[in-house]
Amino acid sequence: MPNFIMSYLGSTVTPGEAGNQFWALMYVLIIFAGVSVAVICMNWIERKALAHFQIRLGPMRVGPHGLMQPFADALKLMLKEDIIPAEADQFVFWVAPLIGLLAAFTVYTVIPFGPSQAVSDMNIGILFMLGVSSLGVLGIVVAGWASNSHYPLMGALRSSAQMVSYEVAMGLAVVSAVLLTSLHGSGIYGATGNGDTGTLSMIGIVQAQQEQGVWFIFKFFPLGLIAFVIFAIAMVAEVNRAPFDLAEAESELTAGFHTEYSGLRWSLFMLAEYAAMIAVSSIAVTLWLGGWMRPFPNLLHAPAWDFIFSLFPGLTFGGLAAIAIIGTVRMPSHSFFKIQRIGLAAFAALLGFIALFLLLIAVAVRSSDARLLSRFNEGIGYVYWFMLKVAVFMYLFIWYRATWPRYRFDQLMRVGWKVLLPISLGVLILTASWALAEPTIWRWVQNVFGVRA
Amino acid sequence: MSSRLNDKALPNAVSHLDLEAPDKPYLDSNELIINMGPQHPATHGVLRVILKLDGEKVLGTECVIGYLHRGVEKIAENRTYTMFNPYVDRMDYCAAVSNGLGYCEAVEKLMNVEAPPRAQYIRVIMTELNRIASHQLWLGTHALDIGAMTPLFYTFRDREEILKIFEKYCGARLTTHAFRIGGCQYETYAGFEKDVTNFLTFFAPKIDEYETLLTSNRIWLERTKNVGVISAADAIALGVTGPVLRASGVKWDLRKAQPYAAYAKFDFDIPIGENGDTYDRYLVRMMEMRQSMRIIEQAVNDIPEGPIMGKVPKVIKPPVGEIYHSIEAPKGELGYFIVSDGSTQPYRLRVRPPSFVNLQALDIMVRGALVADVVAVIGTIDIVLGEVDR
Repeated sequence: MPNFIMSYLGSTVTPGEAGNQFWALMYVLIIFAGVSVAVICMNWIERKALAHFQIRLGPMRVGPHGLMQPFADALKLMLKEDIIPAEADQFVFWVAPLIGLLAAFTVYTVIPFGPSQAVSDMNIGILFMLGVSSLGVLGIVVAGWASNSHYPLMGALRSSAQMVSYEVAMGLAVVSAVLLTSLHGSGIYGATGNGDTGTLSMIGIVQAQQEQGVWFIFKFFPLGLIAFVIFAIAMVAEVNRAPFDLAEAESELTAGFHTEYSGLRWSLFMLAEYAAMIAVSSIAVTLWLGGWMRPFPNLLHAPAWDFIFSLFPGLTFGGLAAIAIIGTVRMPSHSFFKIQRIGLAAFAALLGFIALFLLLIAVAVRSSDARLLSRFNEGIGYVYWFMLKVAVFMYLFIWYRATWPRYRFDQLMRVGWKVLLPISLGVLILTASWALAEPTIWRWVQNVFGVRA
Repeated sequence: MSSRLNDKALPNAVSHLDLEAPDKPYLDSNELIINMGPQHPATHGVLRVILKLDGEKVLGTECVIGYLHRGVEKIAENRTYTMFNPYVDRMDYCAAVSNGLGYCEAVEKLMNVEAPPRAQYIRVIMTELNRIASHQLWLGTHALDIGAMTPLFYTFRDREEILKIFEKYCGARLTTHAFRIGGCQYETYAGFEKDVTNFLTFFAPKIDEYETLLTSNRIWLERTKNVGVISAADAIALGVTGPVLRASGVKWDLRKAQPYAAYAKFDFDIPIGENGDTYDRYLVRMMEMRQSMRIIEQAVNDIPEGPIMGKVPKVIKPPVGEIYHSIEAPKGELGYFIVSDGSTQPYRLRVRPPSFVNLQALDIMVRGALVADVVAVIGTIDIVLGEVDR
């Protein structure tokens, strides 16, 4: 095998940093495929979960429990006639979905699924992320403009105004998280940071959380939590999801910016939307929820704990397989359901095999000390914990949609500028001041009360 | 490209709005004229509203109706009184029982007969059940318009129980044709009272469930408070009736003001609002559902025995004369004006539909509001286009 392929294996840095273009490209392909699969899963899960919130069954016909529904939908959308309205600006109309898609997927280059499980570790990672993800709005604006129709235009205008207002609060919340990376401390929080050089690198931010021994959501309680909540609200607005889905408000603007789109182009918008949802959730996880770290990596760091936590991915798939098996058993015994039962059983078997594979690796690592295998096992763990945290956000997105009415345009603006922006500014200032004051206060406490850390 | 957005004029629209947009050059900020409907997810059927917008702000509206016009009033002139009875169900198809009640009572009044007490009670029970069903449908679609998807499914789940009672009683769920001139066609089925009582115990917690989702929901409050405000004076001047009028603080309910059927015998309150905004209309309708439950409970408990059909000839031939009779339909005052020439067919029949009259308040309510409010206000007026266009 060529050296440039093998040499990277077992490395502890990203392929981008190691200068290995082959693996960088491989990672790009893996992430592209992975995100596409995640979007397909998300499509099914959203429809099912939303249906169950609303006492419906959701898709049930295409495959067992509608498991093949996303594929049927994709097929239908691909076969549909590709309509470009006669009055539309043809080229811009054509290019608009691609802009959105490109922006949504480019963000993934810097998302760290693990300390080396990212395409590249950019030193301005978070800045790059904010910049690129806000390019997504360009796709929406351009789509609304190119359609040359009233409703899309209004959707596009709403979208651009919304994006601008929420980006500010979002940026300030991010800055307060970045500020936390630079804090060294000798303090009440017992933080031991990496000196006073902060970092914008996504990997650096997670490593800072590991070194300081605290997820930033808990740091300087409640400052970290407030910044996180602001980000969590702003990110919903950023990706145009309920209750901030004004750009495509169905009951007001028929379908908003994509009213004139159909078929594959429309599905590209959907793909971009879901990819962006996963991307912003990933940012939140990276900045505040410890990224790829498993729970208590510093506290429970004995090899036995490592082993126990490395069983989780396998057990999760095992649980999913068990659910699928229960579903197979509970399916009516009528011959009409024969194919569906076989299908679901096969799906359960697939999940079971994955579970077995993951468990075997975890056990094998414990009994042998093959370095590559151990690295592979660690990588699985990182990606698993990262995806688990992201999945929580994805579920929240569905939950929001099922629960809340839609904000009105002016109320949305008011929340953005008059509520979120001042709070995030305040949090930023308080975080900075507290960080400056804290060592002094701590020293004073030590002197007066004779407390030792 | 931009200049295309300034439509010179919309065809087929005779309008009080100044639809002639001045021909200005590229990238100028003109008022935007938008067609909302007749195919639009939130116009409850085929209502077409021409909006004149300054950005998102509504400068004026113009309702264009008639897309569902079926000439119900003309049909009445060519049918006998009995044959026309099922047609009225097709006007406000969400509250078909109320329509039937109004029509039957109008003809009865014209003929000077009265339905027997048992029939009156059955009519009250059915009508009030229908009021709840209609309000449920309103709540679900109204919430959906404002963006809350879930209440729609909850209300439809619970409305199903009412429709089941209808189906058991007369075989139809939506266009029930439940009543006949002079009383009721059908005696209640075995277990009718039990079904209705069961429904009441089933439904009481469900209203609380809807209210949990919406009443104190922050976004719901922001979207409905001070939206689509109409003062009592304006409402009266426009002839607005029903919950829309009561939410503005006018205590006017035909069930109390001019009791018909057996309503004089029941004890119930008329909920009224204060501000005349969308939120008050929401509260009034929620309280009305509870009051309807009170009425149904009393009616089921005291329902008398006896015949269900009054002394009505086989061929209905009212004497020469004219009559106006109105009832409190779920959406407001539903009136029938019938001119009889002594034949078996009405000489002229005019319906005063609540939706049609209430819809006139749309312009006052949304002027100066935002586009999203138009949708909320259309929902809160609770129109049914079958009734508006007839």
